[in-house]
Amino acid sequence: MKFWFAMFVLLGATATSQAATPAELLAGYRAEAAGSSPGFHPSAQRGAAFYQRNFNVSAKLRSCDSCHSANPMQGGRHVVTDKPIRPLAPAANAERLSDPAKVEKWFRRNCTEVVGRECSAAEKADFVAYLTEGGR
Amino acid sequence: MRRYLMFLAAIIPFSAQADKLLMPVDAPPAFQTECASCHLAFPPALLAAADWKRVMAVLDKHYGDNASLDDKTRQLIEEFLVRNSGDSKKVGAGRTAPNELPRLTATAWFKRKHHEVAPADWRHAKVKSPANCAACHTRAAEGSYREREIVMPDGRRWED
Repeated sequence: MKFWFAMFVLLGATATSQAATPAELLAGYRAEAAGSSPGFHPSAQRGAAFYQRNFNVSAKLRSCDSCHSANPMQGGRHVVTDKPIRPLAPAANAERLSDPAKVEKWFRRNCTEVVGRECSAAEKADFVAYLTEGGR
Repeated sequence: MRRYLMFLAAIIPFSAQADKLLMPVDAPPAFQTECASCHLAFPPALLAAADWKRVMAVLDKHYGDNASLDDKTRQLIEEFLVRNSGDSKKVGAGRTAPNELPRLTATAWFKRKHHEVAPADWRHAKVKSPANCAACHTRAAEGSYREREIVMPDGRRWED
């Protein structure tokens, strides 16, 4: 009985660790950023500027909006392959910002190629704030 | 009659292969989520095994993109690609230059299949890359490459 209870708790924990709400993700990045700069508060406005910024690192993948379109509520197209990309804003595409591992994977890939380095927790927090609050 | 049947036996598999490049049933879900988020889920038969291995060895520099994966997923996808790769004699090598990654658009098979396509069509703004199969093959996502399904980027039907 004890064993099954432990299994139940374990399975529950595994299941919840895979799913998250955008608010939970935001809280996580906010806490991480506040660790190095106390009083940090995520800003959708800064996130919007980051989303549009031309980093000039990659010849074709210059900014987030190169592929994700100017409006995260709308879909985009991969600038190299032309593959349609579904909207980034959770309000338009409920799959977005729901899986922390997936979010981290795409930050890692896209930040290194577009920004030229990994993104900071503060940048991620601003970005998530923009997609959830301002990206409409 | 026998000769006719032999002729049919020789030609049917070939024409079927040319029209249909269905996704192998053993494709791991990661192949769709990792590879097909940025480009069409390319049929593994379009490159030989050695070429797929070269592609999968440097995912952090993937044709100008960072497509890095954790090692377990990388290995799973590579094994799937190699298992279903094209016969190197039929498809040919996708080698471009000595230090460049192989491309499925550089194989002898691909070039033979597309030699009638005019340079202007390749350069059309809607095409972007020769590897953008779906730019003309309207049902490429389903693995269907029949001639009658082709719509050129300017809207005209393909005629041989």
